Amino acid sequence: MLRTLARRLAGLVATLALISLALFLIIEVLPGDPAAIMLGTSAQADTLAALRHQMGLDEPAIARYLGWVGGMLHGDFGISYSYGVPVSQLIGERLAVTGPLTLMATLISLLIAIPLGVFAASRPGRIVDQGATLFSQLGIAVPNFWIGLLLLMALSLHLGWFPASGFDGWDHGFWQGLHALFLPALAMAVPQAAILARVTRASVIDVMNEDFVRTARAKGLSRSRALWRHVVPNALVPVATMLGLQISYLLAGAVLVENIFSLPGMGRLAYQALAQRDLVVIKNVVLLFAVIVIVVNLAVDALYLLLDPRLRGRS
Amino acid sequence: MSASIARTLPFFSARPAVLLSALMAASALSLALASPAYATRSDLKIGMSIEPAGLDPTIAAPVAIGQVTWQNIFEGLVRLTEKGEIKPQLAKSWTISPDGLTYSFTLQPGVTFSNGEAFTSETAKFTLDRARGEKSVNPQKRFFAAIDSIETPDATTLVLHLKEPAGNLLYHLTWPAAVMVEPKSADNDKTNPVGTGPFTLKSWTKGDRLELTARKDYWDKDKKVALSDITFRFINDPQAQVAALKGGDVDAFPELGAPELFDGFKDDKKFIAYAGNTELKVVAGMNTARPPFNDKRVRQALMMAVDRATLIEGAWSGLGTPIGSHYTPNDPGYVDETGKLPYDPEKAKALLKEAGYGKGLTFSIKAPQMSYATRTSEVLQAMLADVGVTMNIVPTEFPAKWLPEVFKGHDFDMTIVAHAEPMDIDIYSRPDYYFGYQNPAFNDTIATAEKTTDDAKRAELYGAAQTMLAEDVPALYLYVLPKLGIWDAKLEGLWKDEPIPSNDLTGVHWKD
Repeated sequence: MLRTLARRLAGLVATLALISLALFLIIEVLPGDPAAIMLGTSAQADTLAALRHQMGLDEPAIARYLGWVGGMLHGDFGISYSYGVPVSQLIGERLAVTGPLTLMATLISLLIAIPLGVFAASRPGRIVDQGATLFSQLGIAVPNFWIGLLLLMALSLHLGWFPASGFDGWDHGFWQGLHALFLPALAMAVPQAAILARVTRASVIDVMNEDFVRTARAKGLSRSRALWRHVVPNALVPVATMLGLQISYLLAGAVLVENIFSLPGMGRLAYQALAQRDLVVIKNVVLLFAVIVIVVNLAVDALYLLLDPRLRGRS
Repeated sequence: MSASIARTLPFFSARPAVLLSALMAASALSLALASPAYATRSDLKIGMSIEPAGLDPTIAAPVAIGQVTWQNIFEGLVRLTEKGEIKPQLAKSWTISPDGLTYSFTLQPGVTFSNGEAFTSETAKFTLDRARGEKSVNPQKRFFAAIDSIETPDATTLVLHLKEPAGNLLYHLTWPAAVMVEPKSADNDKTNPVGTGPFTLKSWTKGDRLELTARKDYWDKDKKVALSDITFRFINDPQAQVAALKGGDVDAFPELGAPELFDGFKDDKKFIAYAGNTELKVVAGMNTARPPFNDKRVRQALMMAVDRATLIEGAWSGLGTPIGSHYTPNDPGYVDETGKLPYDPEKAKALLKEAGYGKGLTFSIKAPQMSYATRTSEVLQAMLADVGVTMNIVPTEFPAKWLPEVFKGHDFDMTIVAHAEPMDIDIYSRPDYYFGYQNPAFNDTIATAEKTTDDAKRAELYGAAQTMLAEDVPALYLYVLPKLGIWDAKLEGLWKDEPIPSNDLTGVHWKD
């Protein structure tokens, strides 16, 4: 067990080193000089040179890469070009929005997808199943930012149930924060729920055809008890796998949804930083996204052990 | 205050106790506010599309910086009014020597920065030296190039000695890039701006909002600053901007992002929708250094293929002012040149034929992602097709890709951008500017204008320069973008026009 964990951690560090290098190289070839963007079209050559020096852009690439990695080891992620504040502070503030937002979206998607998938599977071909299929197809076809716009128009503008934009922070209370994040979380959750409902349905139908289910029914277990007690727990492994894979889509979706709802989250930060070529912010945000995806995948592996006792014996 | 109480009296007259407490509350409020005349509401939530990149307009070019800080946090020696007039600010008065080489400013006494430091001639000298010095990263460093030396005979006298006359110096000193800063705080102005203006930064939630609060010790007692708290909200998506206005999340959006959403506010009595002037000149610049645009006839033909009114209708819902040269109707010395090469497709075809492109012409336009640029390019494409010209649209990310490719690399046939800087006709005389335009007569005219201190004479020279550009068309002169302002009908004092990109909120107040 410990050896597996150690091997996993070593793999994690190696992956991150490779990702940081690839990221740095991509940013190197990305067109756009941050100093020129900062100083605009009337800038003189001498002011540009002065600013490039101030930003450390005149150093050789290898020195800048080592400076970045070395700084990170000391917990120093650099200073944002555009905001002038430490990137760690910026990311910290933004995670307080995107973290809960993604978590909420995941929870909402599970709350929609699992009951829907299970009910659809338990009555294949019936009205619930057809409804679930329709929902899945629509949910997969429609992009989350469009759902966001529709929700915004209907529930914020016409009905006034939710704030139209922005986020007042968590200082005003937990429930108010959740209230402000609900619509964007729902917009992000619907496409996820559509996919997860599909996976749940297929997986439940597969398990229902297994011998042990027939045995359970033969021993006199009721249909619904067999379903919830024996089928659903066994059907959740593929759902967990899907959930882990979806996290990167969820984070990518946050970029668009946060822009629609003007939420000060990581996605909006990444978008703005890219437009302004705030390279210090871009590389750290993208690296953090990579870390999140890797860690979530590790967590999903751990979740398998919980869901499937057979796997615990191995390794 | 007395007027607003008089109006509220009838409502309370039946209950003296309520009246008394209302009076007490009102008088307490009037004491708390600098200006008792407008006591109703003293907060303002204002929306902007783009968040500023830092808050120091003297070290970075993005206009959003000035739109938050100029006049609100920072002030200059002189200021610009909504009408574009130059007025005294931290400099109370000035004299210019007859040869135009010496400017003597008398400064306001008793001015302090928000950190308590005094504003004196030494501070002004520090600011100007910082902007023109070797380590300067001022985006408009060229403004200060004419200054040879600076003297400070006493605390309220500042003398600038110039190398050569600079007719635009006072005008340039009104700009956000020329605001007064102070030695102890200047390095941190990007995150913690310290100026002489009536507001200071209270908080900045990056990516969401920025709050200003009124200073109690603001020097200019003649200025009636009615607002006590200002919140800037940054909302990029035009639909979300409308949602924020209608939902009451913001009281005003001085520059709405999409013209097609503007009309929806015109019939709404809760709002005022006003399309004002800006300095944003939408021009389709051509690479005149290489074929086919090194031939003046081709450029003139393309200009004549454009029906400006239809173009503005199609691209920007008819909101925009046609221009015939690189100048806006707001600016001193404007000459209407839209009739020089009027819409005439037949003549355009004939001219193309004469230039050797009778069988057609194909080129590409590098169009930035901003909606005015993509939409104008599409309409332009259709208009040029009518005269047998094929224009391919190449999307080009602005500014990141556009700057190295078009602006610096000159690797383009045609491009389209809104030039935002006011009074920037001199760009056509700058060496190595992206149009590749070279006209010694034009350069002379601009150089003379810049050295002319007589306003009328200078305006005349700028008129001549406009005419030369309208004749040579190094760029297709299309239209000036409007300032699509939307604000709560009870709000007064927001700028309707914009001679310089800004949100001067010092004169804004609520009607009771």
